[in-house]
Amino acid sequence: MYFRLLALQGSWNYETLNGTGIGFAIEPALRYLPGGIDGPAYRAALARESRYFNAHPYLAGVAVGALTRAELDGVDPARIERFRTALAGPLGSVGDRLVWASWLPFCSLVALCVYGAGGTPLGVVGTFLVLYNVGHFLLRAWGLRIGLSRGLNVASALGAPFLRQGPQYIGSAAAVAAGLALPMALQRVVGPGRVLAGAIIVSALLGILLLARLRERAQGWRIALGVLAVFVLYSVLT
Amino acid sequence: MNVAEALPIALLGALLGLDVVSFPQAMVSRPIVAATLAGAFIGHAPAGLLIGVVLELIALDTLPFGASRYPEWGSAGVVGGALFAAQPAGMPGALPASMLAALLTASISGWSMVMLRRIIATRLESTRDLIEAGSRDALLGLHLSGMTMDLLRGALVTTLGMVVFSPLVHAIVVIWGSDSAPSRAVVVVIAAVVAGGALWKVFHSVRGVLWLFLGGLAVSTLWLAVR
Repeated sequence: MYFRLLALQGSWNYETLNGTGIGFAIEPALRYLPGGIDGPAYRAALARESRYFNAHPYLAGVAVGALTRAELDGVDPARIERFRTALAGPLGSVGDRLVWASWLPFCSLVALCVYGAGGTPLGVVGTFLVLYNVGHFLLRAWGLRIGLSRGLNVASALGAPFLRQGPQYIGSAAAVAAGLALPMALQRVVGPGRVLAGAIIVSALLGILLLARLRERAQGWRIALGVLAVFVLYSVLT
Repeated sequence: MNVAEALPIALLGALLGLDVVSFPQAMVSRPIVAATLAGAFIGHAPAGLLIGVVLELIALDTLPFGASRYPEWGSAGVVGGALFAAQPAGMPGALPASMLAALLTASISGWSMVMLRRIIATRLESTRDLIEAGSRDALLGLHLSGMTMDLLRGALVTTLGMVVFSPLVHAIVVIWGSDSAPSRAVVVVIAAVVAGGALWKVFHSVRGVLWLFLGGLAVSTLWLAVR
């Protein structure tokens, strides 16, 4: 089941989101239902678990574990349906805040620090992948374990300190890492020359202030694409 | 670029494209990793890392939240890394041109992910009765075909990116007029501004974030000054 969780989003779509993925991940456990793979209990449970569901992929193990326990314990299907509906929202928002908006940018910034400090390709890539995936694989394992052990009483686990306060602490560390990483990484990309490096840092800070004021209204990568296209065109034509 | 050269790059793009969402989301598809691996395939990992770092700064702006649309960086990182690593060292236009190719690939690849999700939804619709009846074969078929299509999508986007942008980047590099340092400086400022804005967007609610950032900035500036 843990391995299948890694492929949870293989059939992600706009109809059921990762519902069919939940069915895919839970399927091996459902074989233990009375009647086995050809029994009505298996078929009903598989159909139920493959319906609409949304969760952060790393925390989906919480749902998969809890739903497995509920199905194998023969909990009333209507109660399972209500539980699925109630669990989907929190697993999405908690995971998004912890992983996508905290852990991932933090690990990127640490890798950029290593690069700025003169790290080799193997050092930079290795630091990023090891650091990120320690958190990634542990979180998936924790989710599955807690789901399997608590069943439908798993909701209280979402109040775990690392889920509630983790983004705050990681955010603080990421802010320091950003301050360290940006000048060091930029300086290494541009190469020697203190005046140039200073000009870049000042220009970047002014640009950041401008972009920060725009907040949600601006998609930075689109602006980068546009500015870069104009710059390339200008440089080629003049 | 001939087929023999393009094949390993396409394979790498396929695997890293798969990592973005389908399997295993270990972030091997982040540009800092993808571009470095592509650079290593070409025989110049440090060049891949350099463009990977710049792309990573821009990628901080597009975190993969659920159903939102975002550029796909796995295949884009491979295209950017391979193109930049293939240019002779010290060519002024290499970084901006390769960056532009990577960003365009990321945009196209993001669109291809949306298309793939729609195709899977269509396939789901055609097998919905079977899945609602608890058919294991129908569910596994849908899931595994989704992953296979994602793998092919990554390969296709990467190959297309290399075929279209390889001659284009080469042509730009040949006729580029600027000096190397200012060219890089412009790219780096763009990336830093995007990264800074993105980080502010994500972390602005963290207590004392500005002071923590300025603390880190002071330490790194001091370190750069005395080095």
